[in-house]
Amino acid sequence: MIHFLVHDPSDDVAVAVVDISGGTKCTGRDLVKNKKIAHTVTQDIPLGHKFARHDCVVGDTLRKYGTEIGKVVKPIKAGQHVHVHNLKTKRW
Amino acid sequence: MARKKIHAYRRENGRVGVRNHVVILPVDDISNAACEGVANNVKGTMALPHSYGRLQFGEDLELFFRTMIGTGSNPNVAAVVVIGIEQGWAQKIADGIAKTGKPVEAFSIEGRGDIGTVAAASYCAKEMVQWATELQRTECDFSELYISVKCGESDTTTGLASCPTVGNLIDKHCASKGTASFGETTELTGGEHIVAAKATNAAVRAQFMAAFDDYQKLVFSEKTDDLSESQPTKGNIAGGLTTIEEKALGNIEKLGKKTKFVGCLKPAEAPSSPGLWFMDTSSAAAEAVTLWAASGAVVHLFPTGQGNVIGNSIEPVIKLSGNPKTVKTMKEHIDLDVSAILQGEMTLDQAGDALIEMVVRTANGRFTSAEALGHREFVMTKLYRSA
Repeated sequence: MIHFLVHDPSDDVAVAVVDISGGTKCTGRDLVKNKKIAHTVTQDIPLGHKFARHDCVVGDTLRKYGTEIGKVVKPIKAGQHVHVHNLKTKRW
Repeated sequence: MARKKIHAYRRENGRVGVRNHVVILPVDDISNAACEGVANNVKGTMALPHSYGRLQFGEDLELFFRTMIGTGSNPNVAAVVVIGIEQGWAQKIADGIAKTGKPVEAFSIEGRGDIGTVAAASYCAKEMVQWATELQRTECDFSELYISVKCGESDTTTGLASCPTVGNLIDKHCASKGTASFGETTELTGGEHIVAAKATNAAVRAQFMAAFDDYQKLVFSEKTDDLSESQPTKGNIAGGLTTIEEKALGNIEKLGKKTKFVGCLKPAEAPSSPGLWFMDTSSAAAEAVTLWAASGAVVHLFPTGQGNVIGNSIEPVIKLSGNPKTVKTMKEHIDLDVSAILQGEMTLDQAGDALIEMVVRTANGRFTSAEALGHREFVMTKLYRSA
């Protein structure tokens, strides 16, 4: 079973394609090279939600689809949930 | 996808439609009651009540007439009865629709009242229905379909599965000289550079960026906060989408991998040649699909993640979802389940082919989920206050 997908190998975030419980060692793949990737997810991540693939500090720009999706507003550790509480738009 | 066939209605002007509506079209808000009266008298007709049509002016009035005339002219419509309070605008709309060659008659209420108007229009509508119900479907080419695309209640699965499935169909359809259109101007924010790079030439690119920048100006002039209550929506956020940029990047997957877009359309403007066209639309689903139907689109493809229930009066709306929860919890709304993509059990190419098959079945007459459930949304776009 695949736990997550990564649109582009350069992405900072991965998308859960099943409900993931915190502490799970997860396997996924990227959609460009179709390579297997492993991450340990540290928080509960519902299907469709994102987790960080590495530690992020406030002010970092995060990428998905290989493209900017917003700026970090609270520190994020690898494997933690990335959403509206710690990532904001750079546009509006 | 070479020479794939459908069975559809070839209209007087050669265009291909997949439904055979007889429409009772109100010119204005106060003619809705008469139109509904006619639709109640004559089975097989459909009234399209709406909220506008009085005292509009300038570009907003032009859009109003384009939407009215375009809706009646859509190849999914066999014949039209137009009813307005005054004869002038009713006749103007009927004359615009008549250019397609289809039967259309205008009626007005002033000086006669609702009851007399409903009676006269009902006699006419009955003749039209009996004529239309004898029309036969004939073999047409899939590439003759004008297809519109827009997603809604998006989540991250739309960007992973249902939107790229539509993109796969767009690549195949446009390679076979089909016509298609995308829009949602604000929901391209953060990916506008990617869309701009898909323009077929510099002039089209400049036209697209002008429409995009114009809509951004509107958002910035009217917004009262960071739009976090509107974009992304609460449903988008529940589904895992965090920012407008992330939402836009999933949305753009509908444009396909190879296809360049050949031009830019004003809202409700008809494409003048085959290929993929950008239309400057609202991102609100019912408004946007109404604009595409008015531009002549005959089938709409609607990827959804969290489960939008939209339909349209004129064009069948085919909904597809890649969210394995939504396809179970809202199964009555979903025409095509592409959730197997998430586990790698279905390729995008297979999903695109499955969607083509669903378009063929829909074009041949199969009711979409939205049609079966009675979704007939008709929502006009209004640009500003009336005079």
